[in-house]
Amino acid sequence: MADQNPQTETVTCTVDGIEITVPKGTRIIDAAARVGAEIPHYCYHPGLSSPAQCRLCLVEVEKAPKLVPSCSATVADGNVIHTQSEKALQAREGVLEFYLVNHPLDCPVCDQAGECKLQDYVSAEGPAMGRTREPKRVLGRDDFGGDVLFYADRCVMCTRCVRFMREVAQDERLTVVQRGSRNVIDTFFDEGLDGNVWADNVVDLCPVGALVSKDFLHKARAWDLDRHPSICPNCTQGCNVRLETRDNQVMRMKPRHNEDVNSHWMCDYGRLNYSWINRGNRIEAPLVREGDRLSPVTWSGALTRLVDLVRGAQGGARAVVSPFMSNEDVGALRRVLDVAGFGGGVFRVEQGEEIVLPGFPTLALRNDRAANVHGAELLGFTRAGAADATGGLEEAAAHTGVLFVLGDELKDAPADFGRNAALFVYVGHFLTSQAARNAHVVLPATTFAEMEGSFTNVQRRVQRFWPAVLAPGMARPAWQILGVLHAGLTGGEVPATPADAFAALGTVRPEFAGLDWAELGSQGRPLPEPRALAEAGD
Amino acid sequence: MAYPYTHPSEVRVLSKYFGDPEARTLKGWEARGGYQALRKALGMERADIVAEMKASGLRGRGGAGFPTGLKWGFMPKKEPGKPHYLVCNADESEPGTFKDRELMRWTPHALIEGCVIGAYAIHAEHAYIYVRGEFFEASQIMARAIEEAYAAGYLGKNILGTGIDIDVTLHIGAGAYICGEETGLLNSLEGRRGEPRMKPPYPAIAGAFGKPTAVNNVESLIAAAHIVLNGADWYRQWGTEKSVGTKLFCVSGHVKRPGNYEVPLGFNFKEFIYDVCGGTPSGRPVKAVIPGGSSVPILTADELDIGMDYEAMAAAGTMLGCGSVIVMDDTTNIVKQVRRMVDFYAHESCGQCTPCREGTAWAAKILRRIENGRGTEEDLDTLMDISDKMSGKTICVLSDAAAAPITSSIQKFRDDYLALIRRNPMAAAAGFAVAGD
Repeated sequence: MADQNPQTETVTCTVDGIEITVPKGTRIIDAAARVGAEIPHYCYHPGLSSPAQCRLCLVEVEKAPKLVPSCSATVADGNVIHTQSEKALQAREGVLEFYLVNHPLDCPVCDQAGECKLQDYVSAEGPAMGRTREPKRVLGRDDFGGDVLFYADRCVMCTRCVRFMREVAQDERLTVVQRGSRNVIDTFFDEGLDGNVWADNVVDLCPVGALVSKDFLHKARAWDLDRHPSICPNCTQGCNVRLETRDNQVMRMKPRHNEDVNSHWMCDYGRLNYSWINRGNRIEAPLVREGDRLSPVTWSGALTRLVDLVRGAQGGARAVVSPFMSNEDVGALRRVLDVAGFGGGVFRVEQGEEIVLPGFPTLALRNDRAANVHGAELLGFTRAGAADATGGLEEAAAHTGVLFVLGDELKDAPADFGRNAALFVYVGHFLTSQAARNAHVVLPATTFAEMEGSFTNVQRRVQRFWPAVLAPGMARPAWQILGVLHAGLTGGEVPATPADAFAALGTVRPEFAGLDWAELGSQGRPLPEPRALAEAGD
Repeated sequence: MAYPYTHPSEVRVLSKYFGDPEARTLKGWEARGGYQALRKALGMERADIVAEMKASGLRGRGGAGFPTGLKWGFMPKKEPGKPHYLVCNADESEPGTFKDRELMRWTPHALIEGCVIGAYAIHAEHAYIYVRGEFFEASQIMARAIEEAYAAGYLGKNILGTGIDIDVTLHIGAGAYICGEETGLLNSLEGRRGEPRMKPPYPAIAGAFGKPTAVNNVESLIAAAHIVLNGADWYRQWGTEKSVGTKLFCVSGHVKRPGNYEVPLGFNFKEFIYDVCGGTPSGRPVKAVIPGGSSVPILTADELDIGMDYEAMAAAGTMLGCGSVIVMDDTTNIVKQVRRMVDFYAHESCGQCTPCREGTAWAAKILRRIENGRGTEEDLDTLMDISDKMSGKTICVLSDAAAAPITSSIQKFRDDYLALIRRNPMAAAAGFAVAGD
């Protein structure tokens, strides 16, 4: 029976001798990727249109009169494709030599060196020696505004940046001016890319060092960076990112492809807001109040003492949590609060204008500027305070029982915050505010960048992140600290891994029980809807 | 009338009224039998016009020589609400070509007729004439003629009471060689950068404004009007089996009588140069001839005894192109001429495709160095290799066009190169292989 659905129509071709069946309409370059043949390319990018102008992805297709650009040609049934034939390799070698005619070869001072597609392709398929003896064209540099700096001489004229601004950001701010080898990318007005929150994606798209980030300029060499999968903590979108580190410092944040969340993109607000991870003034040891001062103690000393203090405290428990803390952290706190008599908890989040990416409207810089607002809400905490993440602490300040603060720096809290509480426990990163110093017990927790955990994003999608830098001193993940405390209070199991901590979330919110930690993988999974759970019975 | 030069061997069909200012006016044109073809065409079935065109064997006069009837036949079935367009390519930008300019200057109404017939045949209600930016006089004359034609009811709504609506718009380009390439022209017409488009889709499927479009040269459209009026058989009386009809040839360079000549296709090229054009003005021997515009391979004086038709030119390793003949006598330095041409292509490359953007500019730099007496024999190998890597690897054929004069000149006039290379004082010292040392 003929399949009527055009989506499932397939064609079969042979790529480098390997037969492969792909959906009709698949580009040759993608079909080749499936059999492991990477075809060099510049102008083609899966998130953009393909103008087939770099002429680098030429391959030989039997019976075609000319070499075929594999980025725009789709596979036809019975195609016999040679990506490594002599003809194809010669053509690509020729194109690569053309790229080097005017390229300055300033790799030693170029930020892209090490992750540069011109370097990669030339060393893989390019000529051993260039034959150019002519003086090179010199175009110079330009400040494109925003975070973007343009080194015109390095440009390979793939026009990905122009097409990103036209097709995805839908805010045409870049164009090609002039013709021929005088071609150069330019902005229309002095403002350049200033004010477009998606502009830095052109730096990611640039296959060479023509568009570079001012923030990252000359900061680190690509080969010195360690790359760690993570989630951008700066709004509820939860863009999948890589934290790129050197010497235990985050050097930059780059988007990681996830078609369900952020495709290939992320916003400049999120991308450039990482330096707090590198702050040095962290709490490095558990501290316990002795009279007027907080004294460092061992973890076992602090936690044994804390179990006794929580057991002896009256009046129920309240909390202030930070929406930058993971599901596991917030869930572990909730479980402790439940034992101590949960009397409510709040979180405060900075808010701003929501900015949608027109070409990929699933992605937006969300108005809640913290990653785990939805996780905190699901786990029973409520929003409080103003749009600049201040205020809303009145109830917590007035509380006379047990008071937990998780992650919130309490910068704006009154100096006597927590003085009314019978027991004030501060679990966090920084002891910068007077309010935080009022705590009876201070426990150093890791940031999301130093631990494994998960956030729940605006689509109720639970996404995992992995440690990128080492925790300072004795800092531990909050889920571990609070998990031990919970076990001490109840005589239950101590969570040994983030998977254990995640599994425990199911006791707070049944939706979480519908997800398996390992299955979340690197791309995350949406939480089941409460109704779906009810229908599933148990 | 002796419009610059005429010759008894000519068959003046399209160029009959060259040099006759009266023919420019609507009255004068009607008095010379004008607008009869238009009247006849609008009374015909559309399919019959296309069939007549196929039967005539008329081939596009813009350079590629693609059969006009076939091109019109490729237009998809007209769907209501989806406009078709006819675009007349009057961007005549090939160096050495000036036939379309003269056709528009002397017989603007002939082109209007051609546009209406072409538009009618392909179900278009709008025809654009894309004129090269530098054609100030020609575009003024065209604009005046279009106004007259509108006033007389040959254009606009309900033409001559037939119920057929066809508008003609004159669009003046900004003067770019690449806008003569049909898809570059369409981009420019739409207000975009004049960059050729990736094909497929061909203009017949998605052309101007994404709609089915036929792009025809000025001379083709005017010839089409003659064919409609007189029939395919009448047109087939001239030319050869596969290259039918008459064609305008633009002659420049070292000839006694440069200018436009209309001869039947297949006319002997040698006779054309020595008899029709009178040979070189100084009487010196011809050294080289470019037969079809600067982007076709060069012929030597010994290769001229061939027919001026598509097949014979192809057999001689060159192309008829758009019929612009550039003659050079033996005082010409071929390297300098080729360098000048390649400079032109480097300047006019749109810069989309890497082989063209970088290759043309690089080749021009090497040629300049050779011309300045700093070349080596190795450079010739490099040039041949660059040319190979520029050919057949890009979206349009501009880089092929730039490569053609380089390769053909190195093959046929290597001595010109070597003479300059021998002047290189550095070559011997640097140990480069220098011929003759």
